[in-house]
Amino acid sequence: MHNKNRTRYHPNSTLLFTVLVIMIISCAVSALCAEPALKDMSFIPQWTPQAQFAGYYVAFEKGIYRKYGINLAIKTGGPYSAPVDLLEKGEVDFGTIWLSTAIQKRSQGIKIVNISQIVQRSSLMLVAKKGRGITRPEDINGKKVGLWRDEFRLQPMAFFKKYGLDVKIVPQSYSVNLFLRDGVDVASAMWYNEYHTIISAGVNPDELTSFFFHEYGLNFPEDGIYMLEQTFKKDPAAACNFAKASIEGWLYAFKHPEEALDIVLKYMATANAPANKIHQRWMLNRMKDLILPEDDKSITVGTLAMRDYQRVAGELKVNNLIGQAPEFGDFYKECAKYAEK
Amino acid sequence: MLRNKGIAFKLVLFFTLSSACIFVAIFTYNYFVSKRMIAKGIEENAGNLIMTTTNKIEAMLSATQKVPENIAYFLENSTNDEQELFQVLYAIVEKNPEIYGAAIAFEPYGFKKDKEYFAPYFYKAYGGINFKYLDKHYNYFLWDWYQIPRELEQPQWIEPYFGEGGGILMSSYSVPFYKKIDGKRQVAGVIVVDISLESLRDIVSSIKILASGYGFLISKNGTFVTHPMKELIMNETIFTIAEAREDAKLRDVGRKMLKGEQGVAPMWVKSAVTGKPCWMAYVPIKSSGWSLGVLFPQDELMADITNLNHIVLFLGIAGIVLLAVAVVFIARSITGPLRHMAKATEHIGAGNFDIELPSVKTGDEVGRLSEAISFMRESLKEYISELTEATASRERMESELKIAHDIQMSILPKKFPPYPERKEFDIYATIKPAREIGGDFYDFFFIDDEQLCFVIADVSGKGIPAALFMALTKTLIKAKSTMGLTTDKIISRVNEDLCIGNDMSMFVTVFCGILNVKTGAVQYTNGGHNPPLLMKKDGDVAYLGKSGELLVGAMEEAQYTARSIALGEGDSLFLYTDGVTEAMNERNDLFSEERLQKELSEFQDRTVERVVSGVMQKIVEFTGSTPQSDDITMMMITYKGE
Repeated sequence: MHNKNRTRYHPNSTLLFTVLVIMIISCAVSALCAEPALKDMSFIPQWTPQAQFAGYYVAFEKGIYRKYGINLAIKTGGPYSAPVDLLEKGEVDFGTIWLSTAIQKRSQGIKIVNISQIVQRSSLMLVAKKGRGITRPEDINGKKVGLWRDEFRLQPMAFFKKYGLDVKIVPQSYSVNLFLRDGVDVASAMWYNEYHTIISAGVNPDELTSFFFHEYGLNFPEDGIYMLEQTFKKDPAAACNFAKASIEGWLYAFKHPEEALDIVLKYMATANAPANKIHQRWMLNRMKDLILPEDDKSITVGTLAMRDYQRVAGELKVNNLIGQAPEFGDFYKECAKYAEK
Repeated sequence: MLRNKGIAFKLVLFFTLSSACIFVAIFTYNYFVSKRMIAKGIEENAGNLIMTTTNKIEAMLSATQKVPENIAYFLENSTNDEQELFQVLYAIVEKNPEIYGAAIAFEPYGFKKDKEYFAPYFYKAYGGINFKYLDKHYNYFLWDWYQIPRELEQPQWIEPYFGEGGGILMSSYSVPFYKKIDGKRQVAGVIVVDISLESLRDIVSSIKILASGYGFLISKNGTFVTHPMKELIMNETIFTIAEAREDAKLRDVGRKMLKGEQGVAPMWVKSAVTGKPCWMAYVPIKSSGWSLGVLFPQDELMADITNLNHIVLFLGIAGIVLLAVAVVFIARSITGPLRHMAKATEHIGAGNFDIELPSVKTGDEVGRLSEAISFMRESLKEYISELTEATASRERMESELKIAHDIQMSILPKKFPPYPERKEFDIYATIKPAREIGGDFYDFFFIDDEQLCFVIADVSGKGIPAALFMALTKTLIKAKSTMGLTTDKIISRVNEDLCIGNDMSMFVTVFCGILNVKTGAVQYTNGGHNPPLLMKKDGDVAYLGKSGELLVGAMEEAQYTARSIALGEGDSLFLYTDGVTEAMNERNDLFSEERLQKELSEFQDRTVERVVSGVMQKIVEFTGSTPQSDDITMMMITYKGE
C-alpha cells in the first residue's frame, strides 16, 4: 500500500522539493525569513545579582529569551532600584516583586499585573536556637524576636496572632549577628540566604528550630513577574513569552546547577557583589525547593493559585495595609491563555 | 614449588626477605619515633609563635578597648553637653593613631527630648579629621555596632567590614553607656570606635612557617579576617570552606575555634594556598572572640625527616641488594662445586671413574664432601678392579667345575635301554644334579652273561672332593664286582680301600645289588643307603627294610652282609638317593618316604622310564620354586623273566 502511494506521489514531491529550495534561497537573501525581528525589552530583579534570580540570568545567557523573540536587557537591581518604581516610571518592562508588595501597590493604584508567580513558597522564616529553649511556636512567647520591616512582618505577626504569642519585637538589621550573639532569641531569615549565613557561622542545623510559614498555613508566595497592565495589553503574547522563557531558564538552571552557578557568579562579579559559591549553591538549591516544591503536587510552576492570592490579600486587609483587594482576574494574567511560540 | 629450587635461590630469597623484614621494622620504628620527636619540637615552636602573635593582637585590641570604656565611664556622670562631647570625640580620633573614627550615639530622644537621632561622628579622611552627624538616613539604631551592644548591654567587637571607599578592613569596638533616667540606670547610648585592621593583618601575615605555612584570623562568625588568599577575606567563613570541601571535621574545628578553645586540628587540614596537608593549631583572641589559626605544611615540616628517611631507605635497599649479591656469591661457591660433584657422581655411578672432580681447596663441608667423593671414587675404582679380577677367576673356576661335572656325568651310563638285546629285564636311571657338583652316582653292568650288578650311591659333601670321591668309589665298586665277589665282599673291600688314606673322613652310602637275569634272584648289600622299594607285580610297594649296616669309607673294620630276595616276573626294584625323599617345598616339608611309596603305588603298569620320570615330575611339582639343594638320583629295575 505504502509503496504504491509513494510511487504515485513521486512527481508531486519533486515539485515540492523544488519550491522548498527556492524558498530557502530567497530566505537566505532576505534574512528576514531566518529570524523574525526581536522585540527589545528590559527586566529588573528586586536585588543585586544572586542565585535568587538564577533562572533569568540563565535564560538570558542560554539564548532562551532570543528563542522567544525577545532582545532582553537585564538591569542590575539593588536597594536603590525598587522594580515597582521603575515599572511605574516606565523605565523597565518587567520586574520581580513579592506578591504581598504587588497587591499593596496595585491597591494603591499602581496598575501592575502578575504574569507569572515564580516562587511558590515563603522563603521567609523564623529561626531560633534550640539552646535557648525554643522548639515549638509556644516557646516564642515572651522572647525577643528580630523582625524586618513592612511586608516582612505580615507572616510573623499573623503567626504570633495565630498562636497567641506576646513577643518583644527587635528591629532586625541587615545582618544576623545580633541573633548569632544571642541579642535576640528568634530571628527572621530568608531560607535561601540568612539561614545559610547562620549555618556558615558555625551553628549546626540540628541546633536550630526552623519555623516555615507554609507549614503553619501562612504560605505567602514571594517573587513573581510583574509589568504594567498597559504594557501587557499592548502585546500580551510578548509578555507571556517573557514569562515562559523565564520559567524555561529556571528549569534549565535546576537541571544544570553548576553551569547556572557559574552564570550567577559572573553577574555577581560584574555587579561587584561579594560572591561566595557555596552560599550561591545553597541559594539555588533552595530556589528549586521554593519554585518546584516536591512535596506539593497541586502546585503548577509559574502559576498563581487563587487561594494563595486570597490568603495574602486577606492578611493585608486584616492589617489595614489595603482597603479592598484587587480582583484576582485583574491582578493575575495567566499566561497559558496568551503565550505563543 | 620452592622445594625444587636451587640452594642459591632459597638462600637469596630467605636472606633477602628476612633482612628486608628486619629493615622495614627498624625503619618504621625510626620513622615514627623521629616523627614524634619532630612533632613535639614543632608544637613547642608553634606554641611560642602563636603566643607571641596573640599577645601582639591582644595588646593592640585591648589598647583600643580602653578608650571607649573610659569614655563610657565618663559619660555616665556627665551632663549632655554637646561641646564637651565633640572635644572628647575629637581628642580620641586625634590622639589615637590606630583609631580611624569615633562616635557617641544616643538612644532615641536620649540626648535631647526633641532629637530622635543624635550621634556625632569624627573620622579621619582627606588628610584630616572630619565630622558628621549620623542621622535618620543612616538609621544607626539598626546597625550591628549599635544594636548588638545595646541589646546585649555589653561591650562588643563588631564583625569586621570593609571601610567605605578605601577597601580598608576595619572593625569597631562598641561600648554601651548608662545614665540614670528616672532614678534607674539605663542604657543611654553606645560609644563606638572604628579601627583599621591593617596592622593586625600585618601581624598575622608576618607568620611565615617554612615555605608555605601561614596564619589566618577568623571573626566571631568564622569569617576570614586575614588570610593569604585575599578572596577569602570577608567573603568566606571557615564553615563555607568546610562545606565546599565536604569536610565535617574542619567544621568541628571551626566550631571549637569560635567557642574560644585552643588546640590542634585532629586531622590534616588542606592548605588553601598550596592544597598540601597541614598540621593546624588554633588559639583564641580572647578580647574580641576571634581565633587565630596557623597551618604548618606537613611535607615541609617533615622535609628533614623525609630526607633522612629517604637516605635510610636508600641505604637499606642498597644493603639488601649487597647482601643478596654476597649471598649469591657464597651460594655459588657452595653450589658450583656441588653441581660439579653431582655431575661427577653421576659419571662415577655410570662407571666412569676417570672423571675430573672439582678441585675444592677449602676445608669446609664442601671441601670434605669433595675429598670424600674423591676417596669414594678411588675405593670404588680399586674395588671394582678387584671385583673384576675375582669374578674372572670365579668364572674360570666355575667353567672348570662345569667341565668336571660334565666328566662326572659322562662316566655314568646314559644310554637307555642299555641292553636292547636282553629282554629279561628293563632298567632305567636318571640323575638331576644340584647346582653345585654333587656326589650321587649310579651304575650297572654285567659281571657275566647272567649277573647284572647295579649300584646307587651318595657321597657325603659336595663339590670337587665329593666328585672325586664318587669317581673313586665308582671305580672301586666296578673293579671289585668284576672279581666275582658277593655284594658284601664287594662293599667290604671298597670300604677297606676307601678308608686307606681317607684323611678327610669322607664317606659314601652305597646300595649294591646283583640280579640274576635268568632266575630273578637278587643279592644285595646296603652300606648305609636309603632302603630301596620293592614293587610287586600285584601292586604292592614296600621298603626293603633297613640294612642296619654302616656307611662305606667311615670305618675300616666295618662288616657288611649280603641279603637276597627273589624278583618274580613283573616285580621291580626302585632305588633312590636322599635327594628324593629330602626334597623340600617352600614350607620346609620333606617329600618323604611315605609320599614316595604312595606315589609309586600309583604308577603300576608303567615302563621303568615312565615311573622314574613320573616320580621326578611329582618332585618338581612338590618343590615348586624352592631351589634344589641336593642331587636327585633314581634307578628302577623291572624283572621280566625269560
